[in-house]
Amino acid sequence: MGRVKTIARRSFLVGSAAVLGGVAFGTYLYKREDENPLLAHLQQGEVAFNPYVMITAAGITLITPRADVGQGAYSIQAHLIAEELDVDLDQVQLDPGPPSGAYYNHVVAVEAMPIAATSDSMLARLGRGAADVAGKLIGLQLTGGSSTVPDMYDRLRHAGASARETLLAAAMVQTGLPRDQLGTARAAVVLPDGARLEYVDLAAAASEIAPVTAVTLRDPAEWKTLGKPHQRSDILAKSTGTQTYGIDLRMQGMLYATTRSNPARGGGLRGFDAATARGMRGVQAVLPIGDGIAVVADNTWRAFQAADAVVCDWGPPLYAGDSEAQRATLEAAFTDDRRDSRFKDQGDVEAALTGEGDISARYHIPYLAHAPLEPMSAVVKFTTTGLDIWTGTQIPRFLQANAAKLAGLELDQVQVHVMMSGGSFGRRLEDDYALQAVEIALQLPDVPIKMTWRRQEDFTHDFPRPMQIAEARGAVENGGLRAIDLSIAAASVTRSSLTRMGQPVLGPDMAIVAGAWDQPFDIPDYRVTGYRAPETVPISSWRSVGASGNGFFHESFIDEMCHAAGVDPLQERLRLCTHDVSRQVLETIGKMSDWGGPLGPGRGRGLAFVLSFGVPVAEVVEVTATEAGIKIDKVFVAADVGRVLDPVNFDAQVSGGVIWGLGHAMNCELTYRDGVPEQDNFHAYEGMRLYQTPQITVRGLENGKDIRGIGEPAVPPAAPALANAIFAATGQRLREMPFDRFVRFA
Amino acid sequence: MKFTVNGTEFEADVEADMPLLWVLRDALGITGPKYGCGIGHCGACTVHIDGVSQRSCQVAAGDVDGAITTIEGLGTPYSLHVVQAAWVAHQVAQCGYCQSGQIMQAASFLDLNPDPSEAQIDAAMSANLCRCGTYPRIRAAVKTAIAKLKEA
Repeated sequence: MGRVKTIARRSFLVGSAAVLGGVAFGTYLYKREDENPLLAHLQQGEVAFNPYVMITAAGITLITPRADVGQGAYSIQAHLIAEELDVDLDQVQLDPGPPSGAYYNHVVAVEAMPIAATSDSMLARLGRGAADVAGKLIGLQLTGGSSTVPDMYDRLRHAGASARETLLAAAMVQTGLPRDQLGTARAAVVLPDGARLEYVDLAAAASEIAPVTAVTLRDPAEWKTLGKPHQRSDILAKSTGTQTYGIDLRMQGMLYATTRSNPARGGGLRGFDAATARGMRGVQAVLPIGDGIAVVADNTWRAFQAADAVVCDWGPPLYAGDSEAQRATLEAAFTDDRRDSRFKDQGDVEAALTGEGDISARYHIPYLAHAPLEPMSAVVKFTTTGLDIWTGTQIPRFLQANAAKLAGLELDQVQVHVMMSGGSFGRRLEDDYALQAVEIALQLPDVPIKMTWRRQEDFTHDFPRPMQIAEARGAVENGGLRAIDLSIAAASVTRSSLTRMGQPVLGPDMAIVAGAWDQPFDIPDYRVTGYRAPETVPISSWRSVGASGNGFFHESFIDEMCHAAGVDPLQERLRLCTHDVSRQVLETIGKMSDWGGPLGPGRGRGLAFVLSFGVPVAEVVEVTATEAGIKIDKVFVAADVGRVLDPVNFDAQVSGGVIWGLGHAMNCELTYRDGVPEQDNFHAYEGMRLYQTPQITVRGLENGKDIRGIGEPAVPPAAPALANAIFAATGQRLREMPFDRFVRFA
Repeated sequence: MKFTVNGTEFEADVEADMPLLWVLRDALGITGPKYGCGIGHCGACTVHIDGVSQRSCQVAAGDVDGAITTIEGLGTPYSLHVVQAAWVAHQVAQCGYCQSGQIMQAASFLDLNPDPSEAQIDAAMSANLCRCGTYPRIRAAVKTAIAKLKEA
């Protein structure tokens, strides 16, 4: 009861008062049918059955509103519709659709709530419902939080089934045949004699009838494509150089731009001298924009060259400080007035931790850049009719609203065309780069402007993963874990991001403790406390968000405790595990990795388990300490997403997540000098390269009752499993990233 | 300045020190080669000059002394190069932004060394960065391409 009261007293940090305060006033808004944004553009005889399927003169189009940043979102969304609609992807076009409240995210806001994914209590169910309400009320069209599959799984299959049944109804009118004599295949209604009525030819008739919405979804046993290996919709284009990313777009009369902002965030520009730059070849304009200058030229490289030639008088840094000062700020944040959450508080930690024989450790992770390989870019055209923006973005509605505000236009005068993204890892949850392109275009009407950031600008103007520190204390008893008290200090990534999105923020930030407070282990005295540190630079979500660091803290400390207790880290986790689905993941990883089996000299295995985004993931890393340094030999991964829709992409996302987690832990950090990041390109931010890549074996389990996404959950266990393996092989405990400050990697 | 790209001759009015990457992308509209780092460190801009892989961001326009092949000239969606076919078969790409460069690197490497060891594959492909972490499939696809080339 105490816990219920604790939560009820607090409001949830989901970017709006909607969740608690807004449910009542929002009932009407919530119950109102989603408007179908496709209807506005239809011609006579064309049909849009719902916001996801339309048939026009151009043929059949499937709308895939979650952005594809490499995770295969377009492909899986299309396959979800196609499975029920009975079309093959070579017969349809895919389109991300316009920004619209119809495409709001039902589930992502739950990540902002203190609800453990393993909990099925009434409170948890209410909270998940509130996430849906909040998402709808603020029209949260957002790609992130590994939410695309859980959010779209029923919705898109329903959209496909509804369109199919409506086309069948049209065919029934046309043929006079009953429903049970008609079938569907390859974009046609099939008659008993095998004759085909193509969907495109039924569109006009279908547009005359109300869409059939009472449909029954097919049993997964009947699926033709889902759950089986199939080809990603973009694989051919991406293997032939024919995929058009935002940065590749070309238009008649287009000019090329780049920007240069104060290298210290928010410092502003006092003045600039562009005399030299204006005289350089191809330069059309040098313009002031928000925090710096833009150069517009007839070629991107010429714009780059001229940008360097502008003499800028930068204002003083808004976030002054060096890495040492940032770290000191965090270390000073473990105070009562900065306490942000304590949603795990079991037993009596204070009584259990007497000081004598306690184990203690302190962990640290640095700021990290997203650095997707496609640098931030956008094409913008401003004309008397409005503003068109083409860019890779995960937040098209926020971009639309922010651009409208910047330009003084109505929302419907701003069109956002979402482009394929060359990676994101969370970077495109911000729209700063696109708004810079808007600023340029507003000063040069009627000319399409393609703005491209130099890599140096991209690194130095990221909103990085926050630096975090954890203090851990623990006690062991009778050969097992008795008590853990984990305190984590970080600035609030949720507050930082949502403030920039113009959303009010309330309550504790679950990202500060995600991946630590919500783990399915029953330790007698077990407490996880989040402390909200001051923001020393603006920060944002980085692939797997809070769990990326907290998993390292929690799982490293569990490993330290197991060693102190003299127990096997796998057996102890199994003993403490309270969640059947997680237990099966742990049992599976034990078998896959031959846990406990013999290893040669200088070799070691490390285990980590993190449940994030509702997905329990266990990883075992095997390393060898060689003359040349630590060699990562093998990684085993077991993960349970409830149902694996695309086994090929599942393996890709898990392997990629492991490499992401390992590479950044090995050798990446953003350090600051006078508020400016010191790493400005990949020579100083290597990540993993192919020669270091281990053999990775992945197994997807399907015991969970809810379907989950896999873009992020494989990341958090990778770093602690590596640190634990290095300890097993060498006896050296790594409590701070990047690890190459302390060990060499082969 | 004249350039032969994918078998076609182009004329571009560019300065001698403009990197080939920007001649291709902005002057000629050939966007398969990608801008990733601008310092020759990621490999996304890789093209062939007379069959040899080069970082087009590090080759000045005035220094180009041979025929240029970009990913668009290696093969097409309707007529894949054996390396591209292997990339499709293994579904290597995630975001795909680095893959033009990866494929060009692999094609040139296998042309010079059709029967490489695993260590040679690792060495040749490690200069190309992939932020999505597609390396295991790059390895597998290179091996498939080697096998196909042996059959041919």
